[in-house]
Amino acid sequence: MRMLINVPETVVADALRGMAAAHPDLRVDVENRVVVRADAPVAGKVALVSGGGSGHEPLHGGFVGPGMLSAACPGEIFTSPVPDQMARAAAAVDSGAGVLFIVKNYTGDVLNFDMAQELAEDEGVQIAKVLVNDDVAVTDSLYTAGRRGTGATLFVEKIAGAAAEEGAPLEQVEAVARRANERSRSFGVALSAVTTPAKGSPTFDLPSGELELGIGIHGEPGRERRPMMTSREIADFAVDAVLEDLQPSSPVLALVNGMGATPLLELYGFTAEVHRVLAERGVPVARTLVGNYVTSLDMAGCSVTLCEADEELLRLWDAPVSTPGLRWGR
Amino acid sequence: MLDTDFFRRWMTAAADAVGREAGRLTELDSAIGDADHGINMQRGFTAVTAALEKDAPDTPGAVLTLSGRQLISTVGGASGPLYGTLLRRAGKALGDDPEVSPAQLGEALRAGIAAVAQLGGAKAGDKTMLDALEPAAAALDESFAAARAAAEEGALATVPMLARKGRASYLGERSIGHQDPGATSSALLIAALEEVAR
Repeated sequence: MRMLINVPETVVADALRGMAAAHPDLRVDVENRVVVRADAPVAGKVALVSGGGSGHEPLHGGFVGPGMLSAACPGEIFTSPVPDQMARAAAAVDSGAGVLFIVKNYTGDVLNFDMAQELAEDEGVQIAKVLVNDDVAVTDSLYTAGRRGTGATLFVEKIAGAAAEEGAPLEQVEAVARRANERSRSFGVALSAVTTPAKGSPTFDLPSGELELGIGIHGEPGRERRPMMTSREIADFAVDAVLEDLQPSSPVLALVNGMGATPLLELYGFTAEVHRVLAERGVPVARTLVGNYVTSLDMAGCSVTLCEADEELLRLWDAPVSTPGLRWGR
Repeated sequence: MLDTDFFRRWMTAAADAVGREAGRLTELDSAIGDADHGINMQRGFTAVTAALEKDAPDTPGAVLTLSGRQLISTVGGASGPLYGTLLRRAGKALGDDPEVSPAQLGEALRAGIAAVAQLGGAKAGDKTMLDALEPAAAALDESFAAARAAAEEGALATVPMLARKGRASYLGERSIGHQDPGATSSALLIAALEEVAR
């Protein structure tokens, strides 16, 4: 194992100390593991709180700032945060206008945010909640925990964050977040397994020359394994998997996301293939974002997320944002 | 009758077992989950023993309630709320009695298990901790040894199951052939109970 760390036990705390050092616009509570935009609570503004396991950076702490999240709660590596963190974050950012929890559909995240909602409401904070579940690799049925929340989390956080920044009330922010989620679908591919600091070896065995299709963002294996494919073949497979579940009638927002260890050179090449296949399928693209945004530590691979945009979603997507991980328009 | 000290020793024995088996739990979890069950449970039970030393609860119910609250506040993931709810609800069901009978403990555990099933939306056969806990609680009226055996059998019985809840459910058919880490840690908890009752 070669990692730029001290000891596995302090990886998350060390990273938070670094975030504090690098970003004076954030208030970082290292002990309680809460990252808050420094000017919170903002009077009259709905606050957005998200969180999840660490190891997906810049998600979520890197998306805290004007135009996006008010606070984030990083959990242990790939482990959801605990209710105390979320309730503390909600209390720190609530201006009285209420708080929207943005929750990825993983059992741990869902249960802990449920408990946090109870704690926060006991303290008089009004809470609304939106569940992100965009991953088409998982069949949503009575017999599974439902589709996972992956890349669309970025769309939901950005779009709902812009609505909140404009002064929309809680129910409107919640509604637009829900719409962004409902119109988004993702598919992910792993070219290597992930190594967590605590385990020190890959969490699943992926021989060279093979790839996993339909992976999540926690180093869990995917649904299917195949011999290595070209960027072109992967784009065909991933985009078609998404389009099987989403038939956009308006231009899409496209996120070509790296899982952590795939260079931008490869991601841009893959983006060209994604655009090609979308054009072949008659799907116009309104905006494209390429980079490592919803990562899985050192996993190589990528995911594609499409969001069927409408005028309002597009306007909110284009609105200014100023966070460590996403910044434009101001 | 089982007194407050018995429950404190149960939690300490559980913490020891989780610490001892953390590597195995993580290994099982890396096959069908995300390789953090051992380290998470270890962190939680370390907090439990520290809290029991600091706050010295004075009834069996209070020992379990405090332990459950510590797990919720420190474990994270699905295990935190699920194990935390199991112990908190069992603790509440025991009330303020300074001593409780094994039958009362069985009743309390069944109340805790029902709360876990409701929270997670799972039932026996879904390849979860319930597959160890439910048979154990049913066997507890017979003896602690029977409960331990039932929990261990229950954990083993998850191997051929198809996961329907939690992260393992995303694997579909590929979850078959692996023992469920949650059922395994549940069996450790029941084995610790049998150890201190011996």
